[in-house]
Amino acid sequence: MADTVVRTRKQPAAQGTPKGVGRLPRAAVHHPWWFALPAIVVFAGFFLVPNLLNFYYPFTNWSSYHADIAFTGLDNFRTIAEDGSLLRAIRTTLVYALLAALFQNGFGLVLALLLENDSRFNRFFRAVFFLPVLISALATGYVFQALLDQDGAVNSVLGTDIPWLGSTTWTLVIVTLIHGWKWMGLSMLIYLAGLKGIPGEMLEAAKCDGAGPWRTFWSVRWPMLAPAVTFNVTTALIGSMNTFDIVQATTGGGPAASTEVFNIYMFRIFGQGLYAQASAMSLVLFLVVVAVAIPLVVGLRRREQML
Amino acid sequence: MTAVWRYGRPCLVVLLAALAVGVPLWLVAVTSAKPQAEAIKPNLDLPRQWQPGSNYADAVSQGEMLRGFLNSLLVVVPSVVLVLILGAGAAWVFARRKSKLVSAAYALCISGLLLPPAVITIVMELRQLGMANTRPGMIAVYTGMYLSTSIFFMTGFIRAIPMELEEAARIDGATPARIFWRIVLPLLRPVIATATIMVMLYAWSDIFYAFFVLGGGDRATLPLNLYQVASAQLYLNNWHLVFAYVVVMSLPMVAVFLVGQRKIVSGITSGAVK
Repeated sequence: MADTVVRTRKQPAAQGTPKGVGRLPRAAVHHPWWFALPAIVVFAGFFLVPNLLNFYYPFTNWSSYHADIAFTGLDNFRTIAEDGSLLRAIRTTLVYALLAALFQNGFGLVLALLLENDSRFNRFFRAVFFLPVLISALATGYVFQALLDQDGAVNSVLGTDIPWLGSTTWTLVIVTLIHGWKWMGLSMLIYLAGLKGIPGEMLEAAKCDGAGPWRTFWSVRWPMLAPAVTFNVTTALIGSMNTFDIVQATTGGGPAASTEVFNIYMFRIFGQGLYAQASAMSLVLFLVVVAVAIPLVVGLRRREQML
Repeated sequence: MTAVWRYGRPCLVVLLAALAVGVPLWLVAVTSAKPQAEAIKPNLDLPRQWQPGSNYADAVSQGEMLRGFLNSLLVVVPSVVLVLILGAGAAWVFARRKSKLVSAAYALCISGLLLPPAVITIVMELRQLGMANTRPGMIAVYTGMYLSTSIFFMTGFIRAIPMELEEAARIDGATPARIFWRIVLPLLRPVIATATIMVMLYAWSDIFYAFFVLGGGDRATLPLNLYQVASAQLYLNNWHLVFAYVVVMSLPMVAVFLVGQRKIVSGITSGAVK
């Protein structure tokens, strides 16, 4: 690189001075920090700072009933632990995230394998299966409420009278299936991208060695899909822990709070004006996500490198 | 085996598409054209009496649809523009400079990919800044939240762009600002398309954060309006209106997708799965 191009005001020295003296490093001149600064400021101000504040307000009595905010220690945590909502929300959210990630990735992978080749037929149906991603999660929730209501379309087609959204055990599973349905198109696209990245010679070689479709899948495709799996599983698992719209629109957290994930709880309690208590739940969500995300990312990365 | 696959696969695909996507969309389409009496119990029958026009007109008048549409545009468009421009600037620096400070700043800025936004304390902070219940407040929250996504995608993309392109311009005497506008941004086009679609997708359909930051009222976005229309559902049984609303709300996203379809695929390919 031509050093003469590096022009800065701090460079009064003549050409003869030793390199690096009295001048800014090249990177600072060519890629100055101020290009990154606005993003850093906005991100810090409206993402990091609230997350830091979230380590303080759960320990106060902030609510719509108090004019002043006073420090109250662990009271809020004691309340949510004693009324059972803390453990229930953790359990519900973790089950939701696991099942939602499973369904989203399962559906996505099957669709990607079905629609792998670039034909016009396949391209059309890829777009069809991507449609649910484009419909808002809230709308998706209402569509499935209409389908699965006891008076809804599914029961009217089957001639049954099943309360699909009324079981304290199975409704959670059904809602995660809906979550999987809504996001399967995105997983499919990423798996398609992963499949496209597998070198053709590799599949040829497997074929020459007499490997059938199953053998090819397990020995070649699946291992080569590792980066796509990492990305998909991580985003699905972490993303679905932050779920709200689908659950709110289908069940609103019910029946009997059996689908009350963290965000549904926060929404409900915030609506009652108990801000600090909602904030306590938000801190728990943060900690649970961190506890799940770190081992997950580390583990999946290590798995990728081993393959 | 291969013959079964050759003919079985398309049949399976069509069947799956019809059941999994066709049935729900069919339900939306027919219900949005039914009179209220027929729509009370949603089913897959064709409307006996077609009245899509009056349903959509009702959704517009009773559901405040036009105002909601405008409100959505007023927060989503600035958010997307900010996410893209600020994100590109940061990604450029993060991709090109190498130091511990840069890696730390990068790690911090993409932490939003994993960490959940602290929505309750955002409300607190916005109140203190006088930005609660305002559009600038909503835009700031969306921008802060989705910057991580755009920085992550763009940094990966810029790393793959050869440095020589920038160096050539530099030898011709271009300033960093000029290089950024004339070389880096145009090269980012595919990943900008992906980021635009992703951020639009999230922000256009978001109700959770909009509820906390904007609340209802004059600034309510489309999803907040839909929520209100559907919450009245309990008393009014207005599935026909809900689904008319769903159709209108979804169409802009479908249009954006159709326009940028090619690019979203290539952007995801290059950004997410290296």
